Amino acid sequence: EMEDKVTSPEKAEEAKLKARYPHLGQKPGGSDFLRKRLQKGQKYFDSGDYNMAKAKMKNKQLPTAAPDKTEVTGDHIPTPQDLPQRKPSLVTSKLAG
Amino acid sequence: MQNKIQSHSRGEYNVYSTFQSHEPEFDYLKSLEIEEKINKIRWLPQKNAAQFLLSTNDKTIKLWKISERDKRPEGYNLKEEDGRYRDPTTVTTLRVPVFRPMDLMVEASPRRIFANAHTYHINSISINSDYETYLSADDLRINLWHLEITDRSFNIVDIKPANMEELTEVITAAEFHPNSCNTFVYSSSKGTIRLCDMRASALCDRHSKLFEEPEDPSNRSFFSEIISSISDVKFSHSGRYMMTRDYLSVKIWDLNMENRPVETYQVHEYLRSKLCSLYENDCIFDKFECCWNGSDSVVMTGSYNNFFRMFDRNTKRDITLEASRENNKPRTVLKPRKVCASGKRKKDEISVDSLDFNKKILHTAWHPKENIIAVATTNNLYIFQDKVN
Repeated sequence: EMEDKVTSPEKAEEAKLKARYPHLGQKPGGSDFLRKRLQKGQKYFDSGDYNMAKAKMKNKQLPTAAPDKTEVTGDHIPTPQDLPQRKPSLVTSKLAG
Repeated sequence: MQNKIQSHSRGEYNVYSTFQSHEPEFDYLKSLEIEEKINKIRWLPQKNAAQFLLSTNDKTIKLWKISERDKRPEGYNLKEEDGRYRDPTTVTTLRVPVFRPMDLMVEASPRRIFANAHTYHINSISINSDYETYLSADDLRINLWHLEITDRSFNIVDIKPANMEELTEVITAAEFHPNSCNTFVYSSSKGTIRLCDMRASALCDRHSKLFEEPEDPSNRSFFSEIISSISDVKFSHSGRYMMTRDYLSVKIWDLNMENRPVETYQVHEYLRSKLCSLYENDCIFDKFECCWNGSDSVVMTGSYNNFFRMFDRNTKRDITLEASRENNKPRTVLKPRKVCASGKRKKDEISVDSLDFNKKILHTAWHPKENIIAVATTNNLYIFQDKVN
């Protein structure tokens, strides 16, 4: 019987993906993939920085650092309201080797 | 929510009540933000004038009571109508306060908060037919709660391996059987459904039934497992069948037959040749829900481009409709849509490449008794009704 030369659309798509990302892992259902899935949507924040930023906002009367000081730590720490709506990716960067 | 309407009336819907169910929280120990985003809402069966619902975010489940107030007492002896206390010396006669009608006020109050029982993100809640207990499921565990008890829950399924390197699948959805209070099912990221009986053991790690459709190994690809992941599982009202939704199809299973579904409906098979792009833009991980109509004769699920699909199990006919204000005038019958997979596009057909993948309909619901459906697009809720003859 003649070998079926027609590739299923799924296999054709797989070939396309592998051509674009040759380092992509063999088995997407493996534990790395799933563990990323378990962490999906987690946004990290630093409670120390957050509380310091909150305190700084409350204590505006206190003498601030010299105006020409450009580097101020803790000023640009995201507060809960600012946390970016990051769309999580389930696998590490597809460009990663 | 609509105020009580008589059946057969065709009114417009207004917002009934709005309330904040969850607030963002912080897990200081793990330095994580817990989003306030609601993952699931489930109504409790109505027992009195008030409505109760369970709503959950990733970590905390809350029981809300929603009650109406449409009358208030007037004619107190010691208080003025505005609430100020009267000088008792001016009270010379006594009267009995009476209830007078007032503008409808809807109040939502939190009645129970069920917290701290889930390490991973809650994906499902399901109320038991005993109306006393409910289950909550996260990626690896399922817990059983009593609606009255908030400081304790029982773990009934735990699929966390001792070594996380061995993790191969996660729980994606879970539901109690509508009639048997000892039976529930949970679905997995590998496309399997396990039915468990709580009478068998305290920890239902061994299933009573395993539903899985055999796969042709020669067709296996990188995408096979991802698209087989079940995003929703719903029992029929009768309890005889269950429906599962995976990325491309809806399957109906007879609980008496584990080795394959009895019916399979293709939702958007034309996407099979777009899997590479859908993987790159993460759409392949979208979690679509599905639902039954009241008589279990029609099933419905969402798709992209604000399309949603209905499948009639008896006539085997299916239809694609669109939830969009631009393309549908109010009070007109929805026009069926068609997607052209390849080749020459007919008039009124939409080609696959023109589909908007940001317009996804993940949530749909069918009224348990009437032919009224609710369809959620990204920013709007649509309510459609059967056309009146």
